[in-house]
Order: sequence, then structure tokens, then C-alpha cells
Amino acid sequence: MGSRPSLHLHVEGTGPLHVLAPQAKLVGLFVFALATVAVPTGNWPVLLGAVALGGLLVLLSGVGWRHVAPRLLIEMPFLVFALVLPFVATGPRVAVGPFELSEPGLLAAGTLAAKGTAAVLAATAFSVTTSARDLVVGLQRLRLPTTLVAILSFMVRYVSVVTDEFTRMRIARESRGFRARSLRSWPVLGRSLGTLFVRSYERGERVHLAMTSRGWSGGLPLLDESTVPLRHWVLAFLPAAVVLVAVTASRVMA
Amino acid sequence: MSTPVLDLRQVAHRYPGSAQALFGVDLHVHVGERVALLGPNGAGKTTLVLHLNGILRAGSGSVHVSGLPVTDANLAEIRRRVGIVFQDPDDQLFMPTVRDDVAFGPANQGLRGDDLDARVEAALRAVDVLDLADRAPHHLSFGQRRRVAIATVLAMEPDVLVLDEPTSNLDPASRRELADILRRLPVTLLMVTHDLPYAAELCERSVILSQGVVVADGPTLPLLADTALLAEHRLELPWGFAIPTAGTRD
Repeated sequence: MGSRPSLHLHVEGTGPLHVLAPQAKLVGLFVFALATVAVPTGNWPVLLGAVALGGLLVLLSGVGWRHVAPRLLIEMPFLVFALVLPFVATGPRVAVGPFELSEPGLLAAGTLAAKGTAAVLAATAFSVTTSARDLVVGLQRLRLPTTLVAILSFMVRYVSVVTDEFTRMRIARESRGFRARSLRSWPVLGRSLGTLFVRSYERGERVHLAMTSRGWSGGLPLLDESTVPLRHWVLAFLPAAVVLVAVTASRVMA
Repeated sequence: MSTPVLDLRQVAHRYPGSAQALFGVDLHVHVGERVALLGPNGAGKTTLVLHLNGILRAGSGSVHVSGLPVTDANLAEIRRRVGIVFQDPDDQLFMPTVRDDVAFGPANQGLRGDDLDARVEAALRAVDVLDLADRAPHHLSFGQRRRVAIATVLAMEPDVLVLDEPTSNLDPASRRELADILRRLPVTLLMVTHDLPYAAELCERSVILSQGVVVADGPTLPLLADTALLAEHRLELPWGFAIPTAGTRD
């Protein structure tokens, strides 16, 4: 019934990224991703610089690569797309080994891979150093609509409760000889999902009851009201600033 | 006599579109009492509990909490006075960490800053889980979650603590630890259960609710010794369990 640590991105720590205020980190990450996306295609020094910066952030997180590497796999679909791009794109062709590849395709693929990797590295550095609670605090402080924050916070809390419930249902199914082998077992799986939905809905009603009983009247209490020192914001914006300055400098020099 | 903490007079309730659940319940609980509310499944126990803090309203009759009638205008104060701990702690604990969850009630009452921290700490200490304050609820054992659920309600400093089936799903050691904690809590207690030995252990007075009416109300031990009465209302002591008769109880 317990937790599955592998599901959790966050790793406890006291490194520089861990102690940064979550709202500053979140905005910093967002601006860094925007700045990286804004780098013109084929500006390799800046693009590679952004990837290196992302790598540096992961190093700064102090979390081992063994934990980080599997989390980076989320980028796979983009990399596959980047890999296909030179084959399918139009425009002048160049010979690379046995293949005739599209030149603009290669350029676009390289840029896409670099931008994606930089952003995913930075996002991973963020998520391994920010606990689910801190994320909720950060969003609350950024004044995201209360309902959205509440939904996120409930998701964080109940995802394991619901998956546990689903696991119990699977075990109960299999204990009675059921095995999902073909299309014909889909109705059974469908009904299980339906049951899970109804159970979760009923749990939602009970949670609401418990909240009302403790004087809830709309909105979640602010989890953290401390003010964030300016230093945190400056540090959080640093990676994005570096990319922006580099882009501008390379433009001016060109 | 002092104003009862809980004062229910002829409370009746019918769920819309279904059968009547309560048929005129009278119940009075005074300050410092520990009362067990016993009854078989479907007796109306949970329905009754939901009347205590105004989640459900009596179709007829009245509910007063420390003299205050349960009405829309008084709802916030009523819910502060009556702390209900629900059966499944996963329903009760919905915030990201234990500390946030315990702070939820008092924060809704308007408490902030150091006062809030102090309140949370006192509640966690009262149920011996101060060391779990920064853990996530889903990382706790079931017994720990049950105790934290009690802390979330204690933090509101209620006049009466209402526990719905506090021993369900607990292993024997957690059950005993919970009993130790409940015994030393200085609050008025209404415990809804069909764990009769637990009622005998913790509550000096018991009320039996059956088919929507109170059929017995008196000192727990004589009540549980009345096998005919218990059998009539689908209650049974566990096998091998005997009620200590007067004079033999230590």
C-alpha cells in the first residue's frame, strides 16, 4: 500500500536549487524555456550554451545522474521527431554517409534537439529540487486561480490512493482468473475503470464532507506567507538572462 | 445541571427519496463525558453524526451544541465546536503535508502565523505524531494516519470530539496506542463504533441506536452484560470476551 519512491521526482536536499523559493524557480524556469525557444535556428554557440546551462543546473541540483537520466526520457518523442526531420523535409540535399538529407531539415532537427534538451534539463533540475508541496506553494504565491491550485494539490495527494485502488482491483480481477489477453477483455477493463471513476467520485464527496466539517468555505489557506528576498528572484532569472544576453550579443556581432 | 455539549431532542431525518433514517432521537452529552454510540450497520449512526455539525439538518426536532442551535447562521461556530473524525483517514487528510492538514481547520477559523503554528504543534503533540509534521499523508502507516486525522480535528479545539469507527482497519498494537491517546485527551468524546470491547475500555456510558431510535442509554458495562438486549439489536461481544462484573474491574 505504501509509496513507490520511483514515482517521485523530488529528492530531498539542501543545495542551492533546493532552497530557492519555488515561485521564483518556477518563473525562472518558464522564462529560461521561452528564452531558449527564442534563439534563432542554427545559432549553435548559443544553443549549445543553453544545453550546457541546463546541464549545469542539473549538476547544481546535486541529484545523481542515475536518478536524473531516466527522467530525461520524456524528451524521446521530440528527439525521434528531430531524427525524422532531415529525411522528410524539403529543400537542398546534402550527402551524409549513405543518406541524402535535407539541409534545412538538418538545421531544424539540430535546433529542435538542442532547444528541447536545454528545456528538459532545466525542467528536470526544477522538478528534482521542488517538492509537490512547494510546487503548490509556488503556484499559490503566483496567484494562479485557487481552483486550479486546489485541483493540483488534490491530484498530488490522491494519485497514489487512486493507483493503489486500481492495483487492488487488478489483483482482485487476476485472482479470479482474469487475464487481459485480447480485445475481448477490453469491456472488463472498461468496467473496472468505470468503477474506479465512481469510487473516486464518491471519495471526492467524502473529502468534501471532511473539508466542510473543518470550516472550509471555499479556497485553500495560503500555505506559506513568507516574503521572498530579491536575491532569489535574481538567481532564478540568471539562466534566462544569460541566454538572452548571449542571443543579443551574437546578433550585434553578426 | 450544566448546559450539555450535545443536546439532541426528537431528531428525525429522512433522506430525500429514500427511507426514514432517524425517528426522533434524544441524546444529551455533558462536558467531560466519554460516550460510545453503538449500533448495528444501518442503524443511523453516521446519519446522526452528520447532524451534529450541520452537514445534515433534522427534518424535525432540534440539535444544540453547548447551547447553540445548529442553524445556517451558526454553522462556522458549530463546526469549530464539534470535531468529527471520519472513518477513512484518506478522506480526512487531503493537504500535501501533515502540518498543512492540521493547520487547515484553524486557518479556516482565521488563525495565522505563530498562533497557528503553536496550535498545530499542540495538536500533533497530543496524539504523539509531532515528528511526522513534514511528511506527506500517503507516506504514513494506517495507524499514523488515523492519529493525524484526530490531530486535524483537535487543532480546532472542539468542545466535543466525535470519532466514527476509530478502530476500523487498525492492527491490535495501533488499536491499543490509540486507546492510550484517547484516554488521556482532556475532551468530551462521542465514539461511534461496533467495537464493543473498545467501548467498554474507553467509555463509561453507552447509547445503543437501532433502526433510528435510541433503545438503551446507560453505564457501558451493565449494558454490554445484557446479552438479550445486545442480541435484539444485532450486537455481539467477540468470542471469548466477558464483561468484568461489578467489583472485579481494576
